[in-house]
Amino acid sequence: MAISLRLERRSGLPLPQRVLILSLAVVLGAFAGGFLVQASGYSAVNAFTAILDGSFGGSYPISQTLAAAIPLATIALGTAVAFRVQLWNIGGEGQFYMGAFGATAVELVGGPAGWPSVILLPSMLVAGFAVGAAWALVPAWLRAWHGVNEIITTLMLNYVAILWVNYLVYGPWKDPQGHNFPFSPRFPDNASFARIGDGQLHAGLLVPIIAAAILVLVLARTRWGYELRVVGENAEAARYAGIDVRRTMLSAMLVSGGLAGVAGMVQVSGIIHLLNGQLSNSYGYTAIIIAWLARLHPLAVLVVSVLFGALVNGGYAVSQVGIPQALGAVLQGMILFFVLGVGDLFTRYRVRVGTT
Amino acid sequence: MTGELLIAICLAAIASGTSILLPALGEALTERSGVQNLGVEGMMLMGALFGYIVDIETGSILLAFVAAMIAAMVLALAHAFLSITLRANQIVSGLAVTLFGSGLTAFIGKPFVGATAPVVLSRIPLPGLSQIPVLGQIVFTQDPVVYASFILVPVLWYFIYRTRPGLNLRAIGESPATADAMGVGVASRRYAYTLVGGALAGVGGAYLSLGYTPTWVEGMTAGRGWIAVGLVVFGTWDPLRVLAGAYLFGFVDGFQLRAQGLGSTVPAFFLNMLPYLFTVIVVSLSSGERLQRRLGIPRALGLPYWREERT
Repeated sequence: MAISLRLERRSGLPLPQRVLILSLAVVLGAFAGGFLVQASGYSAVNAFTAILDGSFGGSYPISQTLAAAIPLATIALGTAVAFRVQLWNIGGEGQFYMGAFGATAVELVGGPAGWPSVILLPSMLVAGFAVGAAWALVPAWLRAWHGVNEIITTLMLNYVAILWVNYLVYGPWKDPQGHNFPFSPRFPDNASFARIGDGQLHAGLLVPIIAAAILVLVLARTRWGYELRVVGENAEAARYAGIDVRRTMLSAMLVSGGLAGVAGMVQVSGIIHLLNGQLSNSYGYTAIIIAWLARLHPLAVLVVSVLFGALVNGGYAVSQVGIPQALGAVLQGMILFFVLGVGDLFTRYRVRVGTT
Repeated sequence: MTGELLIAICLAAIASGTSILLPALGEALTERSGVQNLGVEGMMLMGALFGYIVDIETGSILLAFVAAMIAAMVLALAHAFLSITLRANQIVSGLAVTLFGSGLTAFIGKPFVGATAPVVLSRIPLPGLSQIPVLGQIVFTQDPVVYASFILVPVLWYFIYRTRPGLNLRAIGESPATADAMGVGVASRRYAYTLVGGALAGVGGAYLSLGYTPTWVEGMTAGRGWIAVGLVVFGTWDPLRVLAGAYLFGFVDGFQLRAQGLGSTVPAFFLNMLPYLFTVIVVSLSSGERLQRRLGIPRALGLPYWREERT
């Protein structure tokens, strides 16, 4: 006797049901992760207690979770834009580093010169966007004009970007007063976002919120948003409809890279206050999971980012009780498996299990 | 000095190239069957860690490689189940394998970081052949995994292009509906080749942790799994060309390592970028949809097949 699976396509499942199915997938993924933790000889109960305490147990942990969600949400918003046109930009990590580099380049000029924050911070933001977008430009051009697989090119450039930032902080940009540590000089106050409360939370929290609001409007109300949707659903049909597919792809990639670059700027300006080679705790990769779980919708990205901010923070929390920090990454991966296997399956198909 | 240097670089090229070659051969088979698995990086890490742990626990390098294959195949199975049976998005599923694999190996491998593997691969000069000047030193003074890869490449080539099962493999990647109508089971074969791809990725990973740099470090594959995926495109799914690509990559990698040792004035960071930039360039040169069609990209690559929905 064999068990057979029959999948029947369905569409138009109501939103509450879709949310319920995805939430269930996340919970199941966390459970499966807990099982792995237990199997590796750690206590799953201790792990989850530490994660919950460390990410939501009081005003300080909550502010840390929100602070961690800022870069995640900002990158994921960009990732979602690229994914909408079926461009698999997995270079968020590198674009994040390059954005931080661009912002720091402006800071090195305007910070010590004492530019006022209202001029310096926006300049750094623009530089972050521009350099992040520039880093996505070559893969975008290669893909749109020459059909080169953007997954490989964006990913390879992640390593190049991180090496570039490391070169700078070990070499020309090393702080002369930094006791030889590989850091740039510390940002002065005029180059830093104002803190909110006593944790790491800072005014940069507004950046992903504003970006999401703009994206919602632009995607729903503008010609560009419409073109993105058509190209994403069927590039061939879009071409017949007279849409410049290449330009649409290129612009989506640039926005995607630009937002990751903005995230890099917000991170150096709001949290780290200097440039170094460990800016990111794999945020660029986590953002991929967030974008997918959020169904590429900007507002959903904001909500899901808080959950993953909790997982990032939970990683630090579990390391305090003797469980390796990588637990956060294990749970993220497991959740993505379940979102793919359970969430996507039940939202797209009616599943019938039979025996033969 | 140049002669010895060149030999040293070529030795490094083969060692480094082999760690890419094996996963790339596996991915070529998987993609030939119509399944794209972007989880190579994660599967290599699984192979690297579990091979290393079993090597420490049992002291048997053979068992270590078997464990590496099994560990990587577990993740390959997850990808196969998600993308073949449940028809999930293959790209995201492959990314999930990589993200989960790097997370899990960092988690489990934490206590093992920096330890030395007790039994590592050693070079065994082939009697007679290794006496050939230059060539013998480079090609016939290698470890058993390299010798195995020398045999594997022509065997796979013959399998793909000259045997019945090889024809079936190409058929399910080109036109699964036609193959299905001819009585060639698509799903079971796609499962099998995804698992074979996993096994070879596992061997490639263990080759890193037990041969190339015999230790375990988090994320020690450093993008090699992705480079392998890229070289499959460059190698147009043909084992011989994949071999050429892998050794070319190995040569660039070997060159940048040696250049640092020779006191090059170029900062090491820039030399370290070379293998990644090299991959971007070769993948770009061999891409372009028309070119790929002519060179033999499997037409059904990345598309799920479901009998009820065939068109």
